[in-house]
Amino acid sequence: MVTLKELSTDELFASGHKLCAGCGEGIINRMTLKALRGPTIIVSATGCSEVASTAYPFTSWCLSWVHVAFENAAAVASGVVEAYKAMARRGAWKKHVDVIAMAGDGGTYDIGIQALSGALERRTDFLYICYDNEAYMNTGIQRSGATPHGAETTTSPAGSVIPGKPEWKKDLIGICAAHGIEYAATACPAYWNDYMTKVRKGLEVNGPAVIDVLSPCPLGWRHESARSIEVVRRAVETRYFPVYEFERGKYKLNIKVSQPKSVEEFLKLQGRFRHLFYPTYRKDIIDEIQQNVDSNWNRILKLCEQS
Amino acid sequence: MTIVGMTGNEAVAYAVKQSKVDIVAAYPITPQTIMVERFSKYVADGEVHTGYVCVESEHSAMSACIGASLTGARVFTATASQGLALMHEMLYIASGLRCPIVMGVANRALSAPLNIHGDHSDMMGSRDSGWVQIYAENAQEAYDWTIMAFKIAEERDVQLPVSVNLDGFIITHCMEGVDVLEDEAVNRFLQTRKPLFTLDPEKPITFGAMCLADYYFEFKRQQVEAMQNARRALDRVCKEYKDIRGKNYGILETYEMEDAQAAIICLGSTAGTAREVAHELRGQGKKVGVVKLWLYRPFPIEEVISALKDVKALAVFDKAISFGAPYGALCSDMVSAFYALRESPKIFNVIFGLGGRDVQPSEIAFVFNEALETAKTGVVKEKTMFLGVRD
Repeated sequence: MVTLKELSTDELFASGHKLCAGCGEGIINRMTLKALRGPTIIVSATGCSEVASTAYPFTSWCLSWVHVAFENAAAVASGVVEAYKAMARRGAWKKHVDVIAMAGDGGTYDIGIQALSGALERRTDFLYICYDNEAYMNTGIQRSGATPHGAETTTSPAGSVIPGKPEWKKDLIGICAAHGIEYAATACPAYWNDYMTKVRKGLEVNGPAVIDVLSPCPLGWRHESARSIEVVRRAVETRYFPVYEFERGKYKLNIKVSQPKSVEEFLKLQGRFRHLFYPTYRKDIIDEIQQNVDSNWNRILKLCEQS
Repeated sequence: MTIVGMTGNEAVAYAVKQSKVDIVAAYPITPQTIMVERFSKYVADGEVHTGYVCVESEHSAMSACIGASLTGARVFTATASQGLALMHEMLYIASGLRCPIVMGVANRALSAPLNIHGDHSDMMGSRDSGWVQIYAENAQEAYDWTIMAFKIAEERDVQLPVSVNLDGFIITHCMEGVDVLEDEAVNRFLQTRKPLFTLDPEKPITFGAMCLADYYFEFKRQQVEAMQNARRALDRVCKEYKDIRGKNYGILETYEMEDAQAAIICLGSTAGTAREVAHELRGQGKKVGVVKLWLYRPFPIEEVISALKDVKALAVFDKAISFGAPYGALCSDMVSAFYALRESPKIFNVIFGLGGRDVQPSEIAFVFNEALETAKTGVVKEKTMFLGVRD
């Protein structure tokens, strides 16, 4: 944990990028780069952050950054990490270089999960950060494996027969932890200190580390852009998004929520769940979501207790 | 001179070892496997400083290669068939980001139906991906071209990826005597890679930015230039290589072409059989010759014209089909090359060897005789001949 005063005043993510007002990714990029500990390379997947920050001939990245494609940030990062090691072996490089791969939930939960799994299995020494805004936002809000049950996206529209996405969100941390890696965590930019501490922890781990950070998307979630941080804080306060970490085999809840608000308090802030409230109040679906939130929370508590 | 018994795969692995590659990221696929198995052993025995990245797919193999190459490393990978097809997306990014990666391709048929044997469907399917393509005739050539490929790829005005193609099983698995160079000679020929730009944390750089209608076209135009530079670079590198190897490599190799009336042009291992048959037919007084293309991309228009302009008939051998196209890929290029000339040889296409179907000397003799007939009559009987297929 650091205090605000201890934070770096360097701004390595320059303003002037084309991210939407209220986009979580810009906030997360800025926080991430303030938690660095030394020479660092950023590997980015295709996505909003990439297209909005590097429209040639401009770039917002004041450190070395590379984008190759959508599904392979973890594989590209493996190449960078191993190249530095090999060049060090022949004496062409001396310092340690931290490598951070950043990808959206589409590039992580879905199309990129194979490359991520491979990099975790190989014990690649890098930090993988997933901007989890719970859908393919860059292509216009299509559902992903991270989209929550009941949410409306352009490929899981709220129809008269199917009311939003029927499936549930994947358990990314569980998948990563099952690879036996040293560190995996969820985070939320409303809790900046927790997030930045986790970034630093992830860098310090000797081997792969993964952070799934909830990233508000005013356009896709359909909320006021000024309320982004409030919305993701509400996600934590309702236990919809538990903030916890998996470290050396042990689970730990980082943000305790002793008196949770009902999940409805999170859902109703966002247009993607509007069909659950209007024209008819879909108590059945909201109850289902609440039950899922409760059981997921209890599952994580149990993991923490067992640790 | 040290002659070692090696398969084509082993010869490439040995060349990669001598080329002091920093990173090999590869995924196993028949008939490439022995190439990466041998190299893994060099790594396991500490004979090289190379990092071997055991990726989980060919897509990730090329992705890791791109990351490593942009970091400034010398990079090698190898694949075949389905693996190359899976890499397809990354092939364009490797060339677009100007990564001088060298890739051994153990040419193999593409599914369906599934087939593990040799033809050129894989690399021909990627011929517009911006990779320099070289085809070896045997294990010796695969060895020599692999070493030269690094130098061509890394030339300052090239900075492009290069594929060294060797026919699946026919070259990859056939044991031959390979004359290998001393490590010291390779070191002198191939110095450490000197990248123009790298992912250096101390010199911030953005690689792989998004380029829309305002800049994308210019980047592609530069790649066209680099491709043309690759052709000149290949000439220079071959001349330098001759000093240590003694053999003349280049864009193409001719056999009995001085007064040939009819000729065959082909890629890879077929050239050896074609030369053997041409030699026999020459004994019967038939004026036939063979052109073997080493360099297929960039396509060396002037050189093929100069080698073939005096023949009356030309049979172009394609070991791959371009479905729905007028000809196979090589034949389409040949027809294009001769289009602007007032007098062109009569050209016909021979599709052969698909899925590893063996091509017999008698079949090649048949094609030579057809070509001689065409040379005499000026008539092409069959625009595209499917050699050795059961109709």
